[in-house]
Amino acid sequence: MNGLLTEDRIKDPDALYQALVDAHDGLSAAESLQLNARLILLLANHIGDAGIVAAAAASARASVLDDRARGGDSTA
Amino acid sequence: MPKAYQHPTFAFTPPPELTGAAGKRRPVLVVGAGPVGLTLALDLARHGVPVIVLDDDATTSHGSRLICMSKRTLEIFDRLGAGAPFRAKGVVWNTGRLFFREAEVYAFDLLPEPGHGWPAFMNLQQYYLEDFLIQAAAALPNLEIRWNNAVTDVALTATGATLGIETPAGAYRLTADYVVACDGARSTVRRALDLPFVGRMFEDRFLITDIAMDADFPSERWFWFEPPFHDGQSALLHKQPDGVWRIDLQLDGDADPEAAVRPEAVRPRIERMLGKDAVFEIEWISLYTFRCRRLEQFRHGRIFFAGDSAHQVSPFGARGGNGGVQDADNLAWKLAAVLGGAAPEALLDSYDAERIPAADENILNSTRSTDFMTPKSAAIRAFRDAALALARDHGFARRMVNSGRLSVPAVLDGSPLNTPDRDAFAGGLPPGHAAVDAPVLAADGQDDWLLRSLGQDFVLLLYDARSDIGPLQGVRQVSVIPAGGAPAPGCIVDRDGLLQARYAMTPGAGYLFRPDQHVAARALWPDAAWAAAARDRALGKDAIG
Repeated sequence: MNGLLTEDRIKDPDALYQALVDAHDGLSAAESLQLNARLILLLANHIGDAGIVAAAAASARASVLDDRARGGDSTA
Repeated sequence: MPKAYQHPTFAFTPPPELTGAAGKRRPVLVVGAGPVGLTLALDLARHGVPVIVLDDDATTSHGSRLICMSKRTLEIFDRLGAGAPFRAKGVVWNTGRLFFREAEVYAFDLLPEPGHGWPAFMNLQQYYLEDFLIQAAAALPNLEIRWNNAVTDVALTATGATLGIETPAGAYRLTADYVVACDGARSTVRRALDLPFVGRMFEDRFLITDIAMDADFPSERWFWFEPPFHDGQSALLHKQPDGVWRIDLQLDGDADPEAAVRPEAVRPRIERMLGKDAVFEIEWISLYTFRCRRLEQFRHGRIFFAGDSAHQVSPFGARGGNGGVQDADNLAWKLAAVLGGAAPEALLDSYDAERIPAADENILNSTRSTDFMTPKSAAIRAFRDAALALARDHGFARRMVNSGRLSVPAVLDGSPLNTPDRDAFAGGLPPGHAAVDAPVLAADGQDDWLLRSLGQDFVLLLYDARSDIGPLQGVRQVSVIPAGGAPAPGCIVDRDGLLQARYAMTPGAGYLFRPDQHVAARALWPDAAWAAAARDRALGKDAIG
């Protein structure tokens, strides 16, 4: 609807997930926070479309707020 | 130590209304002799409208305040006959450097393009700006500045407004067809009408300091994110004339504002920045609270708001003062046209239609800059720091780093005064754009500038036309001879071909400019009927949309 593709698109999800995990190997919490922020900016530039990034951000935010509404804790 | 500016004291003259003369109705009263009020008054007077400026003080600005003048502002001052002292005194700068913690992240260049009469930016203290405009005003017999005249109350009627004014010699009242409030963020007129601001206030503050010192720093804009000398906050260093340097230091939201502005508190902060051995004098200290807000409307019947009384933005984009000067530029010719009977009063509604979107653009940019400089959470700070870190190696991240998006002329592209293009131009300036300068030869063969040739009239600029399009009331026609041609009476020569390129001119094409030098209309083959209709539309006679 908003251009954000959310269907299954990853050939090897385990490998992709492992790439994310490996990137954080040995980093402090502060360094990991920085890594995630830089990762998002690099991916956002790769996408190159503020509308898609905003749609993904809105989707992620809705998911977090949904947890809050259920009385859950996203950070648990 | 360089010689500092000496503030003049302007004489208070008891107004004639207090010495027996009947208070006669005035066409326009301007409240506030700051940059916006003075610009407006000069523009009105040069259009033949008698104007009185009321100011509650008797000197120029305390402190440098607005220091960064944009090209558009300088072009407007030049049109108002006040350009020469700005050119002589201002500090031109083109390079900005951005630092993150200890290291320079990158430098940007404003990439000055040749063939413009004025540079992209010039730094000059606001007291000089006001001084120069006051000098220009003194040459105009129909412009009167009344110092020590404080407006105390406002009465608005359907056909005008009456101001209550307090002076050292007593109080009196003045009635005018129109009043323009250029009296700043704490506008008395705004408070008298009880008009609210809409927008955002931020908790963040900047400590703003002018210091005088002999330093050989280049004429560049230096901005630091989290410098080691300032506890992880932002800082700015900018050069002004007379060896005066602007230093802005961001303060914590919970810093005690009264303690922060004491010289004994400011001096050590600057010593940490410049080194213990730096020799400097503190000239001025102020505190700036970030705010991005505006009035819902800038016109309230016969009262108009311009500059900070109408809208306020955070610093670092040079959008406050330069935006206010553009307000004045937009309003003056319209008031003159309505008062002179050339336009219906409906033209004045276009002030809101044109300047509110311009203010919103400034507020949007200013809000984004403020959000970048003052991250509100650890995750948001992480994005900011990530952009700064990636900026060392990646151009895309450099473009995200936001230490202020510098003022550019408003494009009035949604204005009801514009005549939409009927012809396809291959580029150039669509209706709503401010005119772009180009070097030309005047009729006498002397070097001149396009903007100077346009002046303050409606102008139909015809490129390589065999003839003008016949007499057209209220419109001056200027023919452009292509590069290489010989100067001729009533014509200008496109000296370097830049006019042709910047306006995408083809033989016979024409642009209609408004008195504020914005493009009202353009056509490949203009004729008299088209030009008359475009002129009428720009005068608000065709207020559709």
